[in-house]
Amino acid sequence: MAATPGAAITGQSEAERLLEARSTRNAWALSAPALILLFCAAAGPLLIVLVYSFLTKGPTGGVVWEFSTEAWLGVLYTRDIFNDGNLVLADAHLTIFWRSVKISLLTTLITFAVGFPTAWFIATRPPKARAFWLFLITIPFWTNLLIRTFAITEIIRNEGLLNKALIGIGLISAPIRLMNTDTAVLIGMAYVYLPLMVLPLFAAIDRFDMRLLEAGYDLYASRLQVLRHVVLPIVKPGIIAGSILVFIPSLGAYVTPRVLGGGKNMMIGNFIELQFGQGRNWPLGAALSMALLLVVMLAMILYVRTATKGGKSHG
Amino acid sequence: MAKDVIKAFGQGETVVRALDNVSVEIKTGEFFTLLGPSGCGKTTLLRLIAGFEMPSSGQILIDGQDVTGQPPNQRAVNTVFQSYALFPHLSVAENIGFGLKMKGVAKAEIDSTVKEMLALVKLEAMAGRKTSQLSGGQQQRVALARALAPRPKVLLLDEPLSALDLKLRKEMQVELKRLQTETGITFVFVTHDQEEALTMSDRIAVMSAGRIQQLGAPREIYTKPRNRFVASFIGETNFLNATAVAGGGKLASGQVIAADTAGKSGPVTLAVRPEHVTITAADEAGAIPAEVLGSVYFGTDMNYQLALPDGSEIEACVQSGVSGEASIAKGAKVGIRFAPGSVLLLED
Repeated sequence: MAATPGAAITGQSEAERLLEARSTRNAWALSAPALILLFCAAAGPLLIVLVYSFLTKGPTGGVVWEFSTEAWLGVLYTRDIFNDGNLVLADAHLTIFWRSVKISLLTTLITFAVGFPTAWFIATRPPKARAFWLFLITIPFWTNLLIRTFAITEIIRNEGLLNKALIGIGLISAPIRLMNTDTAVLIGMAYVYLPLMVLPLFAAIDRFDMRLLEAGYDLYASRLQVLRHVVLPIVKPGIIAGSILVFIPSLGAYVTPRVLGGGKNMMIGNFIELQFGQGRNWPLGAALSMALLLVVMLAMILYVRTATKGGKSHG
Repeated sequence: MAKDVIKAFGQGETVVRALDNVSVEIKTGEFFTLLGPSGCGKTTLLRLIAGFEMPSSGQILIDGQDVTGQPPNQRAVNTVFQSYALFPHLSVAENIGFGLKMKGVAKAEIDSTVKEMLALVKLEAMAGRKTSQLSGGQQQRVALARALAPRPKVLLLDEPLSALDLKLRKEMQVELKRLQTETGITFVFVTHDQEEALTMSDRIAVMSAGRIQQLGAPREIYTKPRNRFVASFIGETNFLNATAVAGGGKLASGQVIAADTAGKSGPVTLAVRPEHVTITAADEAGAIPAEVLGSVYFGTDMNYQLALPDGSEIEACVQSGVSGEASIAKGAKVGIRFAPGSVLLLED
């Protein structure tokens, strides 16, 4: 115990260093299971898809281990078999991309138009009623997506509930054909993704100070102006979150367009599936997946940037 | 301004009259205060003037024009809210300019008015800040500037100082009075704090149970409270039960207290402020005998609790001496006198 003050200080810092090293080690050890799972389930498969997109397609599906950029070219172009295999823009691909973007944007708009009043209604209920309404909103999540989608066909098909009811009240004489149209896909998507819009909107509106409505109203703003200049800018983070949560899965949707859109009204998700199935062009499927991922990522970065910047210049 | 206004909540048997036949005329350019305990209807009256609520019956007139059916955004009335309700997504300058922008005023004019308002509330340096970066007192000033910028005919203030600490509150009282004099705008101020009301107002309406109990200048309200509610709500008051006799009220124990009871007979209530009660020697001529029950030290003042011969208790407020010690011991027999003209007869 003949420690000089100096030795005591170094001894202490030594102990601290050891403790720190140990806590760092512990942190890694504790997060290891999650990290391993994350790598195996997310990063790993993505890596495989990336590698496949640069390989040559096998004769009956699968890949041949030979480097090729053919698949990436195939995302936008196709070989003209009558003209020495020259590259020409693939109209069919572009149509599918455009339909996917269009339907996803419309889905986002519709879910916002329906979701905003819904979220507002829920957020302005007393706490107990609020829990009840939120519970109702989340109920569809308990049922399998495929079953829910088939339930929609039961409503919108020619002999379905909707047409029967409309004919019954004499509004139309012949059933409106909805099945296997873009409209059917849109209805299904809006229904499926509505909760993803309502929940973030609810969270934002719930935090909104309702007294600001009176303040705006008092300062010569009409109801519409209060909505535009007070409510929307303040709940903007909820709108951004909701749009992202709806738009991204919409773009990659598979089940809904498949069941409600039939074979013709394909979206990117179905197109990718086609390459791995009947198309037997795995590299193209892989390249399409990666392209979708990149485009969505870029679009989101751009969207969030402009949306938040817009908030600042507005604010 | 408000004419026979009734505001009733609920229906049928359970109807609650938040305002019961209130009529009040507020003069142009005056600092008018609605004073009363919570639930007395003062905020309801304010909200009726602002247009956030519609009266069940009666009218609201501004400058002689009936505005009863007009929504708040069409009334030349602005409100400073208790919670300030500043827009969190806007800067200080944009908050102040909001009303003008909604009115469709040209940008150059908005900018110059905002500048003027920032100078008025001494916040020039904060123009670009977000409101969340301001202190409570500064937020209060922004709320004031925002409500004053459109130059309303009437500015409504809903307990705007209640969230501030004592020192800041005193400063803002002076500030508010200054703003009102400088802008010449009619201020209608709602508070439950009698001191705030007395120091700032030109006139005060004391409210209770949906009615105006008394309306008058601060001095008048304090020195001549009309009834028991006003007397007890504003300042401290001793109440004495007496029987009207010629030249005063007779206590049950026989002593007569001088007061103007002309034309009255039977039981009456007399009121006297503690500072108008003087403690004298027990044997002084004309003094009413009393016994000291105890004393409380208040810094500048010393409050004595005294028992009168009829058993009632009253308080006397005297300036404390240099030492701050009570000069009269508990249990001492003393006499008390009331300052001439200080004993009031209340209409109950």
